[in-house]
Amino acid sequence: MSTETLVATGNKAHSHGPGSPVPLQARSERPTSYDVDVFPVPNGREEEWRFTPIKALKGLFEDTEPTETPKIDASGPERVTIETVVADALKVLTPQDRPSAIAWKQSPSALAVRIPNEAELTEPVHVNVASLGGRGYTHLIIEAGRHSRGLVIIDHTGAGELASNVEIKVGDGAELRVVSIQQGDHDSLHLAQHDSLVGRDAKLKHVVVTLGGKVVRINANVRYAGPGGDAEFLGVYFAEGGQHHEHRLFVDHEATNCKSNVLYKGALAGDHARSVWIGDVLIRAAAEGTDTFELNRNLVLTEGARADSVPNLEIETGEIEGAGHASATGRFDDEQLFYLQARGIPEDAARRLVVSGFFNDIIGKIGVPEVVEHLHEVIETKLARTAELSASAKAALGQ
Amino acid sequence: MATLEIRDLHVSVDTENGPKEILRGVDLTIAGGQTHAIMGPNGSGKSTLAYSIAGHPKYNVTSGTVTLDGEDVLDMAVDERARAGLFLAMQYPVEVPGVSVSNFLRTAKTAIDGEAPKLRTWVKDVNKALSDLDMDSDFGNRNVNEGFSGGEKKRHEIVQLELLNPKIAILDETDSGLDIDALKIVSTGVNRFAEKGDKGVLLITHYTRILRYIKPDFVHVFVDGKVAEEGGAELADELEANGYERFLKAAAK
Ligand SMILES: Nc1ncnc2c1ncn2[C@@H]1O[C@H](COP(=O)(O)OP(=O)(O)OP(=O)(O)O)[C@@H](O)[C@H]1O
Ligand SMILES: [Mg+2]
Repeated sequence: MSTETLVATGNKAHSHGPGSPVPLQARSERPTSYDVDVFPVPNGREEEWRFTPIKALKGLFEDTEPTETPKIDASGPERVTIETVVADALKVLTPQDRPSAIAWKQSPSALAVRIPNEAELTEPVHVNVASLGGRGYTHLIIEAGRHSRGLVIIDHTGAGELASNVEIKVGDGAELRVVSIQQGDHDSLHLAQHDSLVGRDAKLKHVVVTLGGKVVRINANVRYAGPGGDAEFLGVYFAEGGQHHEHRLFVDHEATNCKSNVLYKGALAGDHARSVWIGDVLIRAAAEGTDTFELNRNLVLTEGARADSVPNLEIETGEIEGAGHASATGRFDDEQLFYLQARGIPEDAARRLVVSGFFNDIIGKIGVPEVVEHLHEVIETKLARTAELSASAKAALGQ
Repeated sequence: MATLEIRDLHVSVDTENGPKEILRGVDLTIAGGQTHAIMGPNGSGKSTLAYSIAGHPKYNVTSGTVTLDGEDVLDMAVDERARAGLFLAMQYPVEVPGVSVSNFLRTAKTAIDGEAPKLRTWVKDVNKALSDLDMDSDFGNRNVNEGFSGGEKKRHEIVQLELLNPKIAILDETDSGLDIDALKIVSTGVNRFAEKGDKGVLLITHYTRILRYIKPDFVHVFVDGKVAEEGGAELADELEANGYERFLKAAAK
């Protein structure tokens, strides 16, 4: 058992776009541990749970055996080894909350995807995780060997309650892309922790695509094992009525001359559509030459939806290349709609154009054709559903 | 012949203190082959007229009619008006982040024509329209109006005018913010459009300088939400010399 405490000093308040509060959030005294008992059952007032609908998550706070084994199909190019290993085979991840600690404890083994040293994969590795309707836990290890190049796409689907741990280790000089798609059924729950360790001069692109599920909450953390590492964190989400999509990032800069770039963009439509984005970046005293930027943007398409966005940047050294953050939440801009319609484009198509424009830059950065294509399709479907809902709402009002 | 007819148009906007009437009975007929200029002091309601014709949701038409070739324009959605043949070059063109100019133009052209333009000729047409307005073909890859200078935004409006080829074009202060070279380029574009025949142009402006390049057949002085006086091109010269004072006094009576 190991316990690590992350201390962030000198919290600063920032403004986060119209209407959002300015919380003083400390990264300090937040334990990480493999021991479930270190984490009491949340009551919802804790800093790390205060945005989360914890009532819905009761089952995932209970330290009991799983009621199902989620179905996992993994496949990839020949050179990749995919095998079951003991849970503590890598230990890049230390749980930071109760569900993660429970998931660690309750899944005695892990599925390891290993890309050998210097292997350059031309095809992606696919890991499909289906939750069958019960409560299940998964543990995935992704290791990219020295100077390898690879892409791993994890696709989460299904109906149940899932807590998962994902450990990612990028070897020195390697380039790894990991895409995690969350598209569970409308009642599904998915809590996850992704911890990444980026090697010397290595590159990680970590992409989160959250489209489905009643409650999805992902904690994505990154540390650097040596100087010169580069981590890009991209996230796209689209919460509809009754969906809660929460993404929390923690970029921990301790090695010198490392880069991090965080870009998350989300759309919200429908009653009680909810998103939460927390971006913590800590530049420790030793992390000279750090270059970091984080950005979150939300597009609120209808009444009744709400986005919270809280960037946090803690800097303990002045010797950095650059550090910045921005966050903005805006309503759908009717002037844009008018402009497009005034050029003959019908309202629905104009709406789609504005929303796809909003996502355009981040989708371009994802750069994985199969993911991009799928994303376009799902966004279209969601917009069509939104249009239908607002049309029937209008009809009900007799407009 | 294309005809836009505006009859006794009253328009109000919602304010905190209830509705406020801005247009108070506008009468105006613009027929194909004619160029009309509207001049009037700030706040007199010129943009309100333009936006109301285009169907901006902010403006409520309380009475009156607008027809295009006899069809009721006020009954149409914004996009239907555009497809019926109306075009508004806006005083403040809107930025649409993430949507490229070329995608935007193609989508608009497809909507207006009811079918996608032929790829080969279309690319040529777009490049020609851009270069006619002295815009680099790189603009095609940029996002709609994002980061465009004031003058570039105005020229982009005329690029759209030429490509979408409406029946009636309303140009709301397309000349303001243009340097003298850009003014000539834009005027040439508008004239090229007008010369296609059976095109109506309604030019809203503060300055007579554009009227050196675009010759109006009619000039309307707009004061306090309606047309105060109508005349030929010579009326513009009188306004240039004496300002609006005479009309403002008359309106105050
Ligand atoms: N929401 C509003 N509340 C109150 N007054 C409004 C509102 N919107 C517009 N107006 C008023 O309507 C009047 C007409 O505005 P409009 O933009 O049509 O004028 P304009 O003739 O185009 O002026 P300019 O020459 O400055 O462009 C102005 O006095 C303006 O302040
Ligand atoms: Mg105006």
